[in-house]
Amino acid sequence: MTGQPGLLIEQLEAAHGRSPVLTGLDLTVDDGALACVLGPSGCGKSTLLRIVAGFHHAARGRVTLHGRLLDDGRTRVPAERRRIGYVPQDGALFPHLTVAANIGFGLPRADRRERVGEMLDLVGLEGLADRHPHQLSGGQQQRVALARALAPRPQLLLLDEPFAALDAALRTELRTEVAATLRRAGATAILVTHDVDEALTFADTIAVMRDGRIVQADSPNTLYHRPADAGIARALGEANLLRSKPADRHAITAFGPLPLTTGTEQDGVVMLRPHQLRMTDEPSPHCVRARVTACLFRGHDHRVECAPEEVGPDLPERLVFYTPVPPPPVGSQIHLRAEGPAHPLHTEIASAEAEAVGS
Amino acid sequence: MRTLRTAPGPLPLVAGLVALLVASPLVFVGLQAAQAGSDTAHRLLARPVIGTLLWHTVALTTVVTAGTLVLGFAAAYLVERTDLPGRRAWTVALAMPLAVPEFVHGYSWVSLFPEVQGYWGAVLVMTSSLYPLVFLPVAATLRHTDASAEEVARSLGRGRLATLWRVTLPLTRPALAGGALLVSLYLLGEYGAFAMLRYTTFATAIYNEFQTSFDMASASLLTLALVGLALLLVALDARAARRGRVVREGTTGRGCAPMSLGHWKPVAAGALAAVVGVTLGVPVFALVHWLVRGSSTTLPSASIVTETATTLGYALSSAAVATAAAVPVALYSWRRPTRLARTVERAAYLTRALPGIAVALSVVFFAIRYAQPLYQQPSLLVAGYVVLFFPLALTSVRASLAHVPHGVEDVARSLGVRRIFVLGRVTLPLILPGLGAAFAMVTLTASTELTATLLLRPTGTETLATQFWIYTTGLAYGAAAPYAAVMVALSVPAVLMLTRRTFGTRTTAPREN
Repeated sequence: MTGQPGLLIEQLEAAHGRSPVLTGLDLTVDDGALACVLGPSGCGKSTLLRIVAGFHHAARGRVTLHGRLLDDGRTRVPAERRRIGYVPQDGALFPHLTVAANIGFGLPRADRRERVGEMLDLVGLEGLADRHPHQLSGGQQQRVALARALAPRPQLLLLDEPFAALDAALRTELRTEVAATLRRAGATAILVTHDVDEALTFADTIAVMRDGRIVQADSPNTLYHRPADAGIARALGEANLLRSKPADRHAITAFGPLPLTTGTEQDGVVMLRPHQLRMTDEPSPHCVRARVTACLFRGHDHRVECAPEEVGPDLPERLVFYTPVPPPPVGSQIHLRAEGPAHPLHTEIASAEAEAVGS
Repeated sequence: MRTLRTAPGPLPLVAGLVALLVASPLVFVGLQAAQAGSDTAHRLLARPVIGTLLWHTVALTTVVTAGTLVLGFAAAYLVERTDLPGRRAWTVALAMPLAVPEFVHGYSWVSLFPEVQGYWGAVLVMTSSLYPLVFLPVAATLRHTDASAEEVARSLGRGRLATLWRVTLPLTRPALAGGALLVSLYLLGEYGAFAMLRYTTFATAIYNEFQTSFDMASASLLTLALVGLALLLVALDARAARRGRVVREGTTGRGCAPMSLGHWKPVAAGALAAVVGVTLGVPVFALVHWLVRGSSTTLPSASIVTETATTLGYALSSAAVATAAAVPVALYSWRRPTRLARTVERAAYLTRALPGIAVALSVVFFAIRYAQPLYQQPSLLVAGYVVLFFPLALTSVRASLAHVPHGVEDVARSLGVRRIFVLGRVTLPLILPGLGAAFAMVTLTASTELTATLLLRPTGTETLATQFWIYTTGLAYGAAAPYAAVMVALSVPAVLMLTRRTFGTRTTAPREN
């Protein structure tokens, strides 16, 4: 059933008091898909989620789920009749109820026993049914929150930064596990986060949010390699932006001619991800000479910053690349070449920021 | 991130109405005073007696407040920051004078030492009965504040005294300011103790104008002046609190190594014991003395049961009403932290800033002018208690709501449960302990209320406090003792609860991964 639009949001506008938060937001989430809304804190992503859940109201626009109108700024379906599950950041378990009672909260009395057992199996918490929330670890609490939200078989599940309060190792483990659980349950879900790694590993579709609207929604792979503008490129990871001249499906850059990811491009700016730059021993015409300015060992690789020696209009003041090979010490001269296709970016936005971009 | 909730429903309306009702008495004082007309007002306020009253009130408030600050801070510092043994026992003993109503404190001293009266008598009695209002918040702040700031000061080469003066004292400034405010408001509103010590203040003058000469215009003008004085204090406190915002209070204070007292330890212990002896020992001794003495005379054993029952009846019904009324106000401001909600909550706290006698008189004014049939009816006394002690109930309910995780109501609704059932299945069960605490606090506090009860009780009805008052004003100290003993016994649990809440015992275990 994947592929049919489940949730459809059109031209959504909303405000907190008088300050506008969402300004014409469009988003489609297919049935059975795991979508992720990625954006910095304060961009309005939590508000978006709360509108879909029914806790905040839209000023204008339409929110429909499987063709059913949820909110169009005038009429609204109350949160309790939407059949949309919600997992907030801290889990918000009912502290006075046991794990089993928490999971069974939204179920009719007759189904409780059976369905609670199923859900405990699903999240791997068999045997903890009689515990109270304060007797659980942070990870267990989030698993219970997830089971509780999934128990009434919601048509859509909303996750508001549900892993943010956990420590790094547990976060990675739990989000992989939750993604697998959701796929097993066949759920349609939207995860809201400001963490790129979380978005990249969790979702089938990532929607990048900026200033109250979605600026690009695509698969993680497409977004990472073919962002629409510099801001999105930056949101997904570090990027080197270079000026280029067009030449027959190639971009002429300081690294020589590079193939383009998409079509042709006029005079503009192209992006190279840090792993596309390599150190090379034999200088060639298509190499850039640079001096190492900073170096960071990260275990699996090194992150190196360097300053190109011939600073021209085509090169930024700083280039960033990752290398598994230990780089020479700070101050050394190196030669860099570029590999793989360069991705052209929208010029208007990029030109002001045509320099090496760190995150 | 806090966000606006949707679909307000009837809650704002109910909350607003409650706040309006409990804050309204002030309006009636104003109305009553306005009735007097400006000429009369001028004549009444220009009397030399007003100057005397003002001087008496201010002189007493200043000295007693200063005394409680010194005593409260010193005791808190000794208990919380030094290696004095028996911290828990000291804390309870130092808080316990609160279990003895001020007028019983006065009775204890006057009945044992007739020479204790007038200004210095009032200073002694009020300081020893009110200093726990400073001690408790300061000790709680010291316990919960991370001691690292003080350790850093020491590591930067400051001595103990310099650290105490420049770091510890500023850390506790908000607590000191809050305690001082409470003490001075109590002083402004107290009637019984001052009447017993034959010291005239605004409160006793108001009571006499009203009760003996039944001069409503004069009483209401004096009340208005008293309210003005109280609001001035609140404004002063607000300024002090703003300056004290630097304090970073963690919920889990890391205990620092307590300061070693060395051979000063017996001296410190002796000083604390002296404080406890004067503030708690004297009333306890007086009660025991008069109970034993009184038993040789006629002990009204039958009537004390009646009066205890009457007292509890009134106290329980007003506690039920106050607690029920506090729920919508607390819920509203908890759910919607908007400016309107904050205003509603603040208005509901207003009576806390008003001297008790002013609140009681305003209820009387209201009844006499607008609800004559209610005057001296049981329901009016209950209404008076509710207005007086509503802030107590609200504090308890609000404190318990603060522990409720913010998203639970939303989550419950997303699971398909309607708003009204969410309240019944989630919110109310979660704040049940808070409702119990609110109910208990109001019950116990109302059982020992004297001033408002004297003004509002139905004719022929006596509570423990008023019957005690009748006996003491007739110098029947032995006959009064059992009533005082029952009131003290009723107050002990309230003080223990207050102590527990001030120090904030953790009810839920911390999360761990």
